[in-house]
Amino acid sequence: MKYMLMIYSNPETVQALGEDLDAVMAEVDGLMAELTESGEWLGGEALADPVNAKTVRIRDGVPVVTDGPFVEAKEHLAGYCLLECDSLERALEIAARWPDARFMGVELRPLMNGSADEV
Amino acid sequence: MPAAAAPCPDAGAGARMTVGAGVEDLLRELAPRVIGALVRRYGHFDECEDAVQEALLEAAVQWPAQGVPGSPRGWLITVASRRLTDQWRSDAARRRREETVAARTPQEEFFAPGPEGERPPDQDDTLTLLFLCCHPELSPASQVALTLRAVGGLTTAQIARAFMVPEATMAQRISRAKQRIKASGVGFALPPEPERAGRLRVVLHVLYLIFNEGYTTTSGPDLHRAELTGEAIRLARALRRLLPDDGEVAGLLALMLLTDARRDARTGPDGSLIPLAEQDRGRWDRKAIAEGVALITETLARAPLGPYQVQAAIAAVHDEAARAEDTDWPQILALFELLERISDNPMVTLNRAVALAMVRGPRAGLDLLAALDADDRVASHHRLAAVRGHLLEMAGDADAARDCYTLAARRTTSLPEQRYLMGRAARLAR
Repeated sequence: MKYMLMIYSNPETVQALGEDLDAVMAEVDGLMAELTESGEWLGGEALADPVNAKTVRIRDGVPVVTDGPFVEAKEHLAGYCLLECDSLERALEIAARWPDARFMGVELRPLMNGSADEV
Repeated sequence: MPAAAAPCPDAGAGARMTVGAGVEDLLRELAPRVIGALVRRYGHFDECEDAVQEALLEAAVQWPAQGVPGSPRGWLITVASRRLTDQWRSDAARRRREETVAARTPQEEFFAPGPEGERPPDQDDTLTLLFLCCHPELSPASQVALTLRAVGGLTTAQIARAFMVPEATMAQRISRAKQRIKASGVGFALPPEPERAGRLRVVLHVLYLIFNEGYTTTSGPDLHRAELTGEAIRLARALRRLLPDDGEVAGLLALMLLTDARRDARTGPDGSLIPLAEQDRGRWDRKAIAEGVALITETLARAPLGPYQVQAAIAAVHDEAARAEDTDWPQILALFELLERISDNPMVTLNRAVALAMVRGPRAGLDLLAALDADDRVASHHRLAAVRGHLLEMAGDADAARDCYTLAARRTTSLPEQRYLMGRAARLAR
């Protein structure tokens, strides 16, 4: 099963990390290398801070672009990983090892797919 | 944070994709036998497998232009052997450069080559290779990938596309699977007799997974996956040639043929799912049905019963009904009862509930489903909610049916099923 692991963050937790940030980044690098080696890593990216976000809505047929994220919240999506795991248990194990799970929280969601069993 | 996995182009894949179907088929047919010959001669399954892949790519480029050599198998063995020895020579040179102790690979890491002369030189090692690729040490996903490459002769790029993962990821899975086999120290020989039946079950399951991966794909960008169905049938045929007396091998092949026969009728022009009862049976593949029915009939008469045979028998009963209303539901119910006795799987009970509803009415089916609510393996599965919706609809309880369809639509991770279930719910709108 393929999953997206969504990494949530907020400016305070990142600031609070201070000099530990390097250690956390090293931890992430190590985990990514391990998942690449195991053949579970499909891809992933870090997102720029939501101060850079633009939200687009079409109203009366006209696109309206506003600054800032679509959902106004203290927490924001900071990055994602695409994984393929043999089981949900294994995916949860990886989620629990992502450092952000300690600071804020990570969310695991299965991907939709194009297959269908007989209905 | 993550950097995107670097693309890893497979220059040969293009050539493999465009060569004539004849050459492609021949290469795929020969691949496992060439690997077998090399492993018997040199040991080192992992390196031999890489060398054979290179030889296959070379053949795919050369043969269409220069003609197929007189002995295609001999040509591939020669070229792959050369690749292998080149590789070892450059490894040795590197080792010398690095001034490491020139200890050759310890003897234990070699596969024990079979005693020469005991087997005919043209021994077909496909079965040994299948057992090796489906080694229980490997995860099902690795077994599938390795089987498609080493036995199926597919390139890593083709397998990666079929499973919709980056090629680098698939390459890593295959190389890791080969490392695991090497570390396990298993020899290149058929499993010992007492383990044979258990190991064969794993092989059959891997072929079934490959088939299902292709069959359940409905349309559009996933078309590459659909080719997996044909590949699974090809491998099942090869396995049946090697083990003609095994009832479950025949049962699996029959199941694949009888299921695949309905493929074209299974989706509408817009890619939407069409349930069995509503399919245009004129679009079913009569030739595949005739072959599947003959195979399962002959097998049931002579072999010990197994789950693939029962599933094939169920598929045969469906396929033999000219119209949905002609379906012999009492027989299907009896077959599901039999299947339930020989396999512990709540999905079988789920299917039996549908058959029971067709024979004794929807309430009987719904009563059976109630028992599944207590089974953790299936209680929150979308199929339970979908089947319950179907039986409630049969019972005339539109409101409850709609709620079940909606719940199932939210639970499923399949886009076509979600679309189908949302359509059923919408039809029952208040």
